[in-house]
Amino acid sequence: MRRLTENDVTPKALWLNRRALIAGGAAAAGAATWPAGQAVAATGLEPNTWEEITSYNNFYEFGTDKDDPKRYAGALTTAPWSIAVDGLVARPGIYDLDALRGFPTEERIYRFRCVEAWSMVIPWNGFPLAALLDRVEPLGAARYVAFETLYRPSEMRGQQRAILDWPYREGLRLDEAMHPLTLMATGIYGEDLPNQNGAPIRLVVPWKYGFKSIKSIVRITLTEDEPPTTWNMMAAHEYGFYANVNPEVDHPRWSQATERRIGGGLFARRQPTLMFNGYADEVAGLYRGMDLTAQF
Amino acid sequence: MAALVERVNDAARLVPRGAVYALGLLPAVWIAFALFTGRLGVDPVLEAEHRLGLTALQFLIATLAVTPLMRLTGIKLIRLRRPLGLLAFTYVVLHFLVWLVLDMQLFWAQIAEDLVKRWYIILGMAGLLAMLPLAWTSRDAALRRMGGAAWRRLHRLTYLAAAAAALHYLMLAKTLTLEPLLYAGAVFGLLAVRAIPRRPRNPARA
Repeated sequence: MRRLTENDVTPKALWLNRRALIAGGAAAAGAATWPAGQAVAATGLEPNTWEEITSYNNFYEFGTDKDDPKRYAGALTTAPWSIAVDGLVARPGIYDLDALRGFPTEERIYRFRCVEAWSMVIPWNGFPLAALLDRVEPLGAARYVAFETLYRPSEMRGQQRAILDWPYREGLRLDEAMHPLTLMATGIYGEDLPNQNGAPIRLVVPWKYGFKSIKSIVRITLTEDEPPTTWNMMAAHEYGFYANVNPEVDHPRWSQATERRIGGGLFARRQPTLMFNGYADEVAGLYRGMDLTAQF
Repeated sequence: MAALVERVNDAARLVPRGAVYALGLLPAVWIAFALFTGRLGVDPVLEAEHRLGLTALQFLIATLAVTPLMRLTGIKLIRLRRPLGLLAFTYVVLHFLVWLVLDMQLFWAQIAEDLVKRWYIILGMAGLLAMLPLAWTSRDAALRRMGGAAWRRLHRLTYLAAAAAALHYLMLAKTLTLEPLLYAGAVFGLLAVRAIPRRPRNPARA
């Protein structure tokens, strides 16, 4: 008789959900391969240019202006790099980036919606976070995943001032983290991730506002309780833990109903923002029964 | 020091007002040129909007600085105050138009909602509205018609416009950054200086 491990107690709803989604996700992932022609036809999304994606960034570790990251992120050393995995996992440890690179990578063309009401389309390369979590084996008590960005003020000049409560922290519910759309990105357009975009490895959660997609990750912690997250700590009434893209729930200071698509030219039309950033079919089930205006 | 002040005042008297307008409009010409030739980066609309707003605030601060500068140092730039104020107004209007047409793209429903719900938009609009009567009564004829006292009273709306503009800028940022704080410091500093009781112009000589 086989001995039961913590792994055997994955909640049923979670793995049922996961299976259904893996089927959908695999199809999407398969379609979203480079070169551009095919991918655009398959997803209907035209990616932004390399120039746009790499010169308009919110990465306060390098400064608060959109062009600061491109200007100053060159100072960051990204090799060697490792991610500490701890908390409620069967196999905690320091995982070298090269070991993580062993996961088969996919190309995913995702919409990217910033909480500031602008958006892009980005062709990421990466592997599902689920693959990494499966390897470290979350324990049954684990319900959340917390992430931490590198804290190195000597190379990240923005950290020399207390603009935010460093290090930058983010978190997901475990079922969100295991969702097949949730990506650990290591590249854009088939190139290594540029420093200003969160090199060498970052999270991408396409149905949430961009600030959830934490960059330059050095720690992943499985927890039982909802972990503290940076923007939420800064202004809880403006930035919720979930931060799902939702045109009906405004930021207190501005509307989220529409967005300006970056790169559309001077007279490009503002576009209506889509529920869950257009991924409602894939992720709405995660939030069934929740009041999204209260848990925003 | 007194000699230096005299020389600055002599020089200021020679500056034609037209030159102030021409120089002051150069940033607008540059921004328009850069906007239409793709020199404003990845998000040109927001960049133009911000630069125009910031330039407006700079001219407002310059306008507010004229009187304290005269009181504290004796440098008289009062002749240039009207061009500075009208330039500030021009940039506020351009900033507003870029927001309305290029940024909000005349989405009236969202604009209407913003105008009642969003404090930074409300403050920005209050600043713009406060400046309308000032621009309208900026000519000598209006000053004569209204009389100096009433005209000066009306033109205290500048204080309201500048305060609204500084708060409007401060409230836009996601975090407290240095630049909007410095601008707010300048505006409220220049307003606070006005609260200091004035010394009699010619202290009684014994």
